[in-house]
Amino acid sequence: MNRLIIATAAILLSTAALAVLPGERLTDPTMEARAREVSQALRCVVCQNETIDDSDAELAKDMRVLVRERISAGDSNEQVVSYMVQRYGDFVLLKPRMTANTMALWFGPFALLIVGAFVVARRLRRPATQVAEAVTLSDAEAREVQAMKDRAS
Amino acid sequence: MTTTSAKRWPFVIPVAVIAALIGAFGKRLLDVNRGDDPHLIPSVLLNTPMPEFDLAPLPGREPGLATRDLKGSVSLVNVWGSWCVACLAEHPTLMALQRENAIPIQGIAWRDSPSASLAWLAQRGDPYARIGQDPKSVAAISLGVTGAPETFVVDATGVIRYKHIGPITPEVWQTTLAPLIAQLKK
Amino acid sequence: MLIELGHFALALALLVALAQGTLPMLGAARGNAAWMAMAEPAALTQFVLCGFAFASLMHAYIVSDFSVLGVAENSHTAKPLLYKISGVWGNHEGSMVLWITVLSLFGAAVAAFGTNLPRTLKARTLAVQGLIGVGFIAFILFASNPFVRLNPAPAQGNGLNPLLQDPGLAFHPPMLYLGYVGFSVAFSFAVAALLEGRVDAAWARWVRPWTLAAWTCLTLGIGLGSWWAYYELGWGGWWYWDPVENASFIPWLTGTALLHSAIVVERREALKSWTILLAIITFSLSLLGTFLVRSGILTSVHAFAADPARGVFVLMLLAVAIGGSLTLYAVKAPAMDGGGVFAPISREGGLLINNLLLTTAAATVLLGTLYPLIADALEMGKISVGSPYFNAVFVPLMTPLIILAGIGPLLAWKRADLNGALQRLKIAGGLAIVVLIATWLMNGGDALNLAAGGGMALAAWLAVATITEWISRVQGTAGLSWERMINLPRSAYGMTLAHLGMAVLIVGVTGASAWKAERIESLKPGEYIEIAGYRVTFENAQEVPGPNYRAIEGRYTVSRDGVTITTLNPEKRTYTQPPQQTTEAAIYTTGISDLYAVIGDMDGAEGAFVTRLFYEPFVPCLWYGVLLMGFGGLVSLSDRRHRLGAARRAAVLNLVPAE
Repeated sequence: MNRLIIATAAILLSTAALAVLPGERLTDPTMEARAREVSQALRCVVCQNETIDDSDAELAKDMRVLVRERISAGDSNEQVVSYMVQRYGDFVLLKPRMTANTMALWFGPFALLIVGAFVVARRLRRPATQVAEAVTLSDAEAREVQAMKDRAS
Repeated sequence: MTTTSAKRWPFVIPVAVIAALIGAFGKRLLDVNRGDDPHLIPSVLLNTPMPEFDLAPLPGREPGLATRDLKGSVSLVNVWGSWCVACLAEHPTLMALQRENAIPIQGIAWRDSPSASLAWLAQRGDPYARIGQDPKSVAAISLGVTGAPETFVVDATGVIRYKHIGPITPEVWQTTLAPLIAQLKK
Repeated sequence: MLIELGHFALALALLVALAQGTLPMLGAARGNAAWMAMAEPAALTQFVLCGFAFASLMHAYIVSDFSVLGVAENSHTAKPLLYKISGVWGNHEGSMVLWITVLSLFGAAVAAFGTNLPRTLKARTLAVQGLIGVGFIAFILFASNPFVRLNPAPAQGNGLNPLLQDPGLAFHPPMLYLGYVGFSVAFSFAVAALLEGRVDAAWARWVRPWTLAAWTCLTLGIGLGSWWAYYELGWGGWWYWDPVENASFIPWLTGTALLHSAIVVERREALKSWTILLAIITFSLSLLGTFLVRSGILTSVHAFAADPARGVFVLMLLAVAIGGSLTLYAVKAPAMDGGGVFAPISREGGLLINNLLLTTAAATVLLGTLYPLIADALEMGKISVGSPYFNAVFVPLMTPLIILAGIGPLLAWKRADLNGALQRLKIAGGLAIVVLIATWLMNGGDALNLAAGGGMALAAWLAVATITEWISRVQGTAGLSWERMINLPRSAYGMTLAHLGMAVLIVGVTGASAWKAERIESLKPGEYIEIAGYRVTFENAQEVPGPNYRAIEGRYTVSRDGVTITTLNPEKRTYTQPPQQTTEAAIYTTGISDLYAVIGDMDGAEGAFVTRLFYEPFVPCLWYGVLLMGFGGLVSLSDRRHRLGAARRAAVLNLVPAE
């Protein structure tokens, strides 16, 4: 069911087509390779997490053509990308830039891994004697547990 | 029981995380109910001058539309296409605005054949002052357009002040666009 | 009339679920045997009622009863029977009925097969299952009713999205739901154990087969979805990291972790509270996947425009189910820890690191999937998180996991000899290095192929290490022993098969990402494209009729070294209702690689058609890998210990008072 949303958008925007069409391509193979590289980093703004290079949407096609026009006009890959970002915002980038707002995204997984490793390391070093202690509940806790039970049932 | 509570706190983390997540979902839900569509991308071009474009007219329906035409008075720039169902829904509102002389409406005929655009206007009425055709999304992409209809409010100096995504309904006009335009005209 | 009966049955099911959710729970708390005994008949009745509701809905689709709103919106008389049936779950309301039917099926299965469970545990487990049912049946009845009539009935329906009219996607949702919903059993067992206040080896032994069953279905379900995306969407890819795919992959990752940690509980009574948490989280993530992403409730604004109450309902349901169980966990779990002691280097230690990596991977995919939403909610701007992010973070997490998966099974419980294990893995390690260097050099020695070599080396390492472990278990004094092979438990074979499946899958992932080739040309009849040693000649294109579509079918002859091998007939279909186009790729497979052809639009007047060809090396390995993993799950599921062993343990346990 992956592409349902795209499918509905596609009814409005296009007839089914293939992604990069023969007529779109640049004759210079290095420029064409650069165009594909840039296209693979840009999100088709009417699709769900799909690159303009993969997309069948008409707007994606026009964006691909524009990417090629700018590359032919002498823009660097970065210039083409920032041209799109100026107009569509960071939304158009499939790989988010490292900014204050995306720190948690980029470092989150490794922070989690380190915290997890720390917890695991502690668990592995825990002496054998701690097994059965701390099971006794205070009266207040026992009441709390009972309340939980009642609520849960 | 301080020792026990010290051991207990890690067990509270999962429920705290899920509470935060559900809170975020809830906020998103409220936003959507207030009309803030999560799929809409707010324009990053707000309060910047209209990007440069110079679009040819539809044959026999002069004039076309260029960036320089947008200076001098507050105007709406409406991106539409004869293929677009929501544009059809919006069309009566645009016609009413034109009848009332509320504001000049400039059209960008996006990804459309000139004959289809002209037939659409002939059949339903033409609310536009100028229309430029944009068959290859040149203007649309430089405006950050993602779908039709989209409407930009441009002030007298040619700076983008607002972008409305989706059809303009009488309600949208009265509550959002009209007050903004009145303010810009001062 | 039948549809009203179905509606009524579902309303009755709500009442039954309510009884199932409360009486046995109270009975277990008060030691009232009669109330506890209500659980089984209630669970069975609930299944009959939900099954009837589902069947009545399916009947309406089969006979094209367009007086039912859902049928009119999603079906059409010209649709083949299979897609009339699959149309039932091709929309939100119908898929919810499938969901609840699967849920009640699992509840009934626990009631029927869980004969060896302690009475209170069984009553509580079924009660929790009943409470989940209450929430979701109420959701269907009050916010997603599929039994709504339409008056007057239209003469014809709107039809099903043609992309869904495909055998792969007809079976994908039921399979996926069997997986998603199957984890509800582990969840219910976990909540019941928290209420009971005890978790032991027997508990893990009861939970594991249900988890295995769910995991196997989810594995196959994800595989089916990926296969469908590969051959149906015509883009030559098989995984896109889009939210819908991620939604099924995240519970798969935590479910895999659960499968492994439950072994530790079963064998050593350690990691108890962690295993409980995994069971809760896995089902919670399944819920999140079903309701927030798959149904499009939070990603699509249209679901809200139709019914804003629906979103609020779902969110409250999630808050109660997930929030409630995790609150219970926060209160009761601290008392559950402890159990078997083990050294850092031991089987338990290995499984613990496996769990760390798998849950971090799951958290990472979740973070990437939800980040745009979170950023938006916190007004940090609109951003996208796509495959470049996921590939960049996921691969570094998976690499150590695969290395570990080779070593772990060779480690002894409690305290292991790492050096000894590594000694036995000399062949695996040596072979991996050879594969790495050979792959790298044979393909040009660049950076991309170094990474590809790394992937292939990992696959070789895991495969050889897995076989080494199997050999070490079946080796007698004089070489391989038949007797040992036969006596080796099926669960051990399950592990071996699943790990081998993983190795094969890695071959597919690596090959498909590194060496895929693509050509797009506009071909006139008689013209050809050469790709990966094949010559693909365009013969002609003709219009062919289908049951509910017209198709342009291209005829391409494939030859190699002048010898004709096969013909490929990709289609481009235009469906009549709804009017939509789809591409049907034609695939020629050697069993190791695929040649994949797609026909596009006519280009110019001379009969030329745009043709897109992919050479997809090792893609079939993806499907073999998934099948091997699923097969491993089934083999392990057939292990006698899951049935007889549990019964024996339970008999012993029943002598001990429950609390």
